[in-house]
Amino acid sequence: MQFMLLFSRQGKLRLQKWYVPLSDKEKKKITRELVQTVLARKPKMCSFLEWRDLKIVYKRYASLYFCCAIEDQDNELITLEIIHRYVELLDKYFGSVCELDIIFNFEKAYFILDEFLLGGEAQETSKKNVLKAIEQADLLQENIDFQMRLFAGSRDPAQRAGGNRTDINTIFIAIHTPPSASYSAVCS
Amino acid sequence: MSDVVEKTLTALPSLLSLDSHPGSAKLSSTSKLGNLIRGITELTSKHEEEKLIQHELLAIKEQVSSPNTTMMKELMVRSIYCEMLGYEASFSYIHAIKLAQQGTVLEKRVGYLAVSLFLNESHELLLLLVNTVLKDLQSTNLIEVCMALTVVSQMFPKDMIPAILPLVEEKLNHPKEIIRRKAVLALYKFYLIAPNQVQHIHNKFRKALCDKDPGVMTASLHIYLQMIQENPEAYKDLTPSFVTILKQVVGGKLPMDFNYHTVPAPWLQIQLLRILSLLGKNDQSTSEVMYEVLDESLQRAEMNHNITYAILYECVKCIYTIHPKSDLLEKAAKCIGNFVLSPKINLKYLGLKALTYVVQQDPKLALQHQMTIIECLDHPDLIIKRETLELLFRITNGQNVTVIVEKMLEFLCISEDDHTTIDLVGKVAELAEKYPLKYNEWFIETMNTVFSLGGDMMQPDIPNSFLKLLSEGFDSVEEDRKLRLFAVNSYIPLLRGEPGKLPQRFLQVISWVLGEYSHLREDLEPAEVLSLLAKLLDMKNSSSETKSWVLMAMTKLCKGGADASVTQEVSETYSSSLDTVLRQRAHELQYLSQDPELRARVLPRGSCGNFAFVSEALAAGAAPYKPPHQRQEELDQSKALSLEPYGLSLPISMSSCSITDRQSPTLLSMSSGLSGDTLKLDGIKRVWGREGYLAQREPVEEAAQVEVPSPIQSPGRQGEGDSLHSQTPTQTPTPEPEQEKQQLASSLFVGLASQSSVSLMGKSEPMPQRFRRKAKGQGLGSSFIANEQISSSLISPPSAVDNLLCNNLLDSNNASELAEQTSQLSQSLTTANGTCHAEAELTESDTKGCNPALRRDNCVVAAGPGPHNDPGRLTEVCLDSYLPAELSGLSHSEIAPLCANQSLNLSACHVQKEDSLILVVFIMNSSESAIQQIPAGEVTSYSVAVGQYSLTVKRPAVHVEVVGTVSYQLPAGTSQSLQFSYKVPLTSFIRPFVVSTEEYGTMWLSFSHDTKQNLTLINDNQEPLTATLNALKKKLQLHVVEVIGMEGIVACRLLQDLPCLMHCRVNAGWLAVWLRSPVPDLPDCLIYHCQRALQSL
Repeated sequence: MQFMLLFSRQGKLRLQKWYVPLSDKEKKKITRELVQTVLARKPKMCSFLEWRDLKIVYKRYASLYFCCAIEDQDNELITLEIIHRYVELLDKYFGSVCELDIIFNFEKAYFILDEFLLGGEAQETSKKNVLKAIEQADLLQENIDFQMRLFAGSRDPAQRAGGNRTDINTIFIAIHTPPSASYSAVCS
Repeated sequence: MSDVVEKTLTALPSLLSLDSHPGSAKLSSTSKLGNLIRGITELTSKHEEEKLIQHELLAIKEQVSSPNTTMMKELMVRSIYCEMLGYEASFSYIHAIKLAQQGTVLEKRVGYLAVSLFLNESHELLLLLVNTVLKDLQSTNLIEVCMALTVVSQMFPKDMIPAILPLVEEKLNHPKEIIRRKAVLALYKFYLIAPNQVQHIHNKFRKALCDKDPGVMTASLHIYLQMIQENPEAYKDLTPSFVTILKQVVGGKLPMDFNYHTVPAPWLQIQLLRILSLLGKNDQSTSEVMYEVLDESLQRAEMNHNITYAILYECVKCIYTIHPKSDLLEKAAKCIGNFVLSPKINLKYLGLKALTYVVQQDPKLALQHQMTIIECLDHPDLIIKRETLELLFRITNGQNVTVIVEKMLEFLCISEDDHTTIDLVGKVAELAEKYPLKYNEWFIETMNTVFSLGGDMMQPDIPNSFLKLLSEGFDSVEEDRKLRLFAVNSYIPLLRGEPGKLPQRFLQVISWVLGEYSHLREDLEPAEVLSLLAKLLDMKNSSSETKSWVLMAMTKLCKGGADASVTQEVSETYSSSLDTVLRQRAHELQYLSQDPELRARVLPRGSCGNFAFVSEALAAGAAPYKPPHQRQEELDQSKALSLEPYGLSLPISMSSCSITDRQSPTLLSMSSGLSGDTLKLDGIKRVWGREGYLAQREPVEEAAQVEVPSPIQSPGRQGEGDSLHSQTPTQTPTPEPEQEKQQLASSLFVGLASQSSVSLMGKSEPMPQRFRRKAKGQGLGSSFIANEQISSSLISPPSAVDNLLCNNLLDSNNASELAEQTSQLSQSLTTANGTCHAEAELTESDTKGCNPALRRDNCVVAAGPGPHNDPGRLTEVCLDSYLPAELSGLSHSEIAPLCANQSLNLSACHVQKEDSLILVVFIMNSSESAIQQIPAGEVTSYSVAVGQYSLTVKRPAVHVEVVGTVSYQLPAGTSQSLQFSYKVPLTSFIRPFVVSTEEYGTMWLSFSHDTKQNLTLINDNQEPLTATLNALKKKLQLHVVEVIGMEGIVACRLLQDLPCLMHCRVNAGWLAVWLRSPVPDLPDCLIYHCQRALQSL
């Protein structure tokens, strides 16, 4: 895989991961062009695009577009499944994920992505294992955060992202498998 | 921090009301990032956003340099966010590295993330990270090691690899699987960016491949794929290992963790399939090792899910890449068919792609799907359209090139994507240049469109080779002259029109051609050409390159005299040009126009094609020139799956050979001898047959060839029947758009069918596409009325996929091929009541197949023994008693009323005989008077005539419907007719088939058509398998051959000679049924009936 982009229906970039070295200018150009091309496509259309000499595989989940660029010999369908698995991971981690989760916690989304894809290749496809790895790192983080907060003496009402996810207008990302009981936040 | 909380709280009410700003919804934290995001969503203009971000960046910048490190993590996240929005935050790069270096574990994590997002491999700051990575790799904290390995496998300065390589290598022995896996991926990264750095540790890769953890092994496959791509020869010895791994994966030997939606390790499977295809390419012995596992993969992937399609697709690609094996190819072709016909657009796209890969090996496949391809050509999604064109490009030959090019040009007109335009223009030009001779004018016109559409984006070799073609010419001088003249003729109006709109490249071509060849047109004054060319020079948007081409052309044209004034003016203008080339040209023009003698020597007419130096260079050993299309072809060949034929072991290679020798179109042939050697193409319309072009006219010819089957009793009368069969049945006219498609299909796929007549597997199928129909009347003078009444409205295709299929058939075949005339009422005169009519009339009936799962031309041939005519006056009839005596002992279905009018009552039933199914039609006269000219002669008042017709099935369908007409004459002399239809389920034709297990085994392997499905098990007290099988046996008359444990084998046959085998296995509460038969649609039909049978229990 060459890169992965997440952007909203309004064309706002939400996440970008580049697995090939490109200059910032080039990245911006590609992003702009691709966002435009993909947004212009109608819902019933094919999820694959030939774009320059790359193949673009994209899929829309609620208001978010997930878009991957792969090389010619790569398998398009499995790339769609990579996207899907990533969404499943996000969903499980955040507990029915919505765009807002990704906006406000994009660094978490990156961590999950890094645990799932490494150097553009799927490294761990088991949902359980990916989340376990993230969880371990999180655990460490939460502990330290907690200690720090004690020292600072301030009380933080909603430390974790989903802390008070009283949904104001969350748009749930619809995915095939119903999300299991939402990931229990490690709150000390 | 309390002020932040306060701010948030005060903002809360307003946020709640702002539904249109999703960003404001989540109060994720009191973080400044939250504030920033919310702030941005509330802005209305880009300008405001810019201001806000700049402000934010300033604030971040200030804070990062202050010693308050507790905020670092949060600051980093904010600058990542700003960068994502497209604002540069380069000041924070160094802080990101610092954070990764000095921070606590959690800060490190963010630091590393920021580094990997901010920097790329070549960024100089990355060098500062090396030490941090070194330190972390040695850390005892697993999480730190993981983070270091993650960042290393994403980006690492090439030159610094040796510094950390030993540490990464060491990690290959780490007890934790996750560390080993990441280390392997890091090495993969190193291999990609600096292969020679990791050359010496190839044995370590092998160790990773043999790792006890499948995850590590999977990771190592990335490296192997890469290495095998570069040098497949060196890794042939690993083939059996890869095959074994794949076998284990497919067999479900991996831990559940690796499953993805119940499919075992699909990523691993695909990776392995890709490796295998590389290893097996052009290598028979290696390929042989993998046939079995490929077959297994094909069969295992049965679930209807994207992921299995992904595996199937890879499998098909692999099968077509490695040394071919016929039965695998057959299955792969079937898979491709499923893809192409799928209603899911993604699969359709991949199907087209796969077709494009294989079409040169196997043009028959494209032919089979021609109607789908035509539909895809009109698809609203340009991507599909584009892929279809790619496919057509591959099957272009001398006969269909014009249509295909036309389609491509149409696409070019609507395409907006530069990359596509460049590519397509190149392809059109390539095609046009490949076949220029046949269609001079077409060639020039096509190239004109190419030049105007392709504009200045096209590859520069297109105009060059076009000019070369024009100048070098072909064998015939006369042809060359015509071609050039035509070019000139087409350019003059273009220049007279609005040349300003033409692309520069085109103008250059035009000026060159006019300079060289405008003299060919005799009515054209050079002066006029010169003034047209001069006009080009005055245009604002002409580039200086174009101008020099124009000046060159003018130099060739000027002769002094009348045109002198124009040239003079031009040369004067440009001899003072700032552009040196133009100035040079202008001077040349000036001098040469004044000295005709010199001009004749410098620029002799028609000299442009002679390059003496070329032959000199060739003699000196230079490589010969290759025309672009040849180069392109070579390039394509190296890129695509192996397209050249392998040996001669298979008929396939013959077909791929023949694509190159294009025959000239054969004449229309009306030969009726076709039926003998035609190949069954499963309802595919043949457009181009052995004998020639069959398109369009085909339905008529078909009908003309139809023969009516002779009744069994009168074989001697065949000659007479043949004399009758030439009547053309009336046809329902095909709707206009359908016809267009049909025509398009025939023009696109012309020249392909000749190859397709070589069957892929070399074995001819038992069913001729055409069917025969022979009619015989007994009696005194017989006449024959053929009423073909099948129209598309009569056929009701049940499912969407089949709908498509069925429509396709209709499009292409028209009535006669689809549903066949089948039963036919023959008559003999009854002696009972003696009246016999000289004018007996034969009425023929049609059978139509209504059948959900198949391509149908089910052909039921009927032959009827003589009907009985029982006299008697009955008001209430017990029709049972009218059953012919010889049938009365057999079981018959319920006698069902068919239709009635005031004078006739029709009823029917079917009787199962060992070798056939007898349809018995009861015709009851319910009127007061005798009715004549019922096939059987006269039926006196209130009596019943019985006709019986033997039905056999040639092509299975779920239901067979017999349609018939009874024509009769009332005593008053008026002719009337009554139509009826009768539906028989396929199960009535099924008979038990008694075989031994061994026979079953051999037959199983030899049958090629199969289907699989899961059926519900009957759960009662008994053993479920036996219970289910018994139920099926009872309902469908199957023969249970043997039941072994959880598996059972069952056999049946369709009447006498068409067997179908069934393999049942109990699997997770389901009965997995696998049907095989030599007859294409039989398994599908049977599975349908099995389902129904079990549902009805």
